Amino acid sequence: MLARVFVTLKPSVFDPQGNTIAEALHQMGYQGVTDVRQGKYFELEIGASTPEEARSLASEVAHRLLANPVIESYRVEVAEPAGRPAGGAA
Amino acid sequence: MKFAVVVFPGSNCDHDAYHAVRHVLGHDAAFLWHKETSLGGADVVILPGGFSHGDYLRTGAIARFSPVMDAVRAFAEQGGPVLGICNGFQVLLEAGLLPGAMLRNAGLKFRCEHVHVRVDQTDTPFTASCRPGQVLRLPIAHGEGNYVADPGVVQELEERRQVIFRYTTAEGEVTAAANPNGSIHNIAGICNRTRNVVGLMPHPERACEPALGSADGLVVFESVVTALADAGGVNA
Repeated sequence: MLARVFVTLKPSVFDPQGNTIAEALHQMGYQGVTDVRQGKYFELEIGASTPEEARSLASEVAHRLLANPVIESYRVEVAEPAGRPAGGAA
Repeated sequence: MKFAVVVFPGSNCDHDAYHAVRHVLGHDAAFLWHKETSLGGADVVILPGGFSHGDYLRTGAIARFSPVMDAVRAFAEQGGPVLGICNGFQVLLEAGLLPGAMLRNAGLKFRCEHVHVRVDQTDTPFTASCRPGQVLRLPIAHGEGNYVADPGVVQELEERRQVIFRYTTAEGEVTAAANPNGSIHNIAGICNRTRNVVGLMPHPERACEPALGSADGLVVFESVVTALADAGGVNA
């Protein structure tokens, strides 16, 4: 089962990289982009029998390792990979 | 007195720390591979600088789960002196042995230069031989030394006098220009509540001999030798 984890800096934390990217976009003429926040994206293949189990495990590893709760927050999505039969071995 | 210098995959200031302790200070030092589960009877633990695990994910994020860190945590909880330098500081933050976190330097540059650091507190084992307000000239070499913490945590650090080192001018003045990375309150180093765990971004171990451009860092290591000898628990 595939779990997707999105890690982003908390809104209160300044993002020097995102800020630099936004400045570059403005120099390129994209004034419509008013802000950029850079984050991380993880795909976890999880051997779980239910989406709830996969979500629970993904959340745990996101909290313990993938994100630093001091400065980052995370969001977990669980989905069967497209094109694979439901209930089949992941 | 025996120092343990922890070696993670990607540590690259481990030999600098070993050299400072063994050849300059004249004390016993041993490298400790990160897979070890015992500190081998060390009196002081140093987590050195470098790029542990390639700085993958976040600086120090992987290293904090190394087997040796359980022993370091137990040692720290018993009051043992632990010094985290640069990447070692980052590992201590990720491990939760010190509060806060590191962001990319505000200017996004990897800063490799000498800076001035003021010793704000002398009641830690690593600053006990310093004069209050003493300004040290130390090298820095980091891309992620922009210290940050929740406002409440920063306030608590200040109230409990846990900010040990601050980036200043040569005269000891806290200015924005003297801050190389954007750290909040010009913080260069902090300690834990029990004051035995200290982390700092500058490299005192690389500034222990005049030939290296500065010998100001030696006082950090002399401090812990004196502090432990005064405590009476160790044969200096």
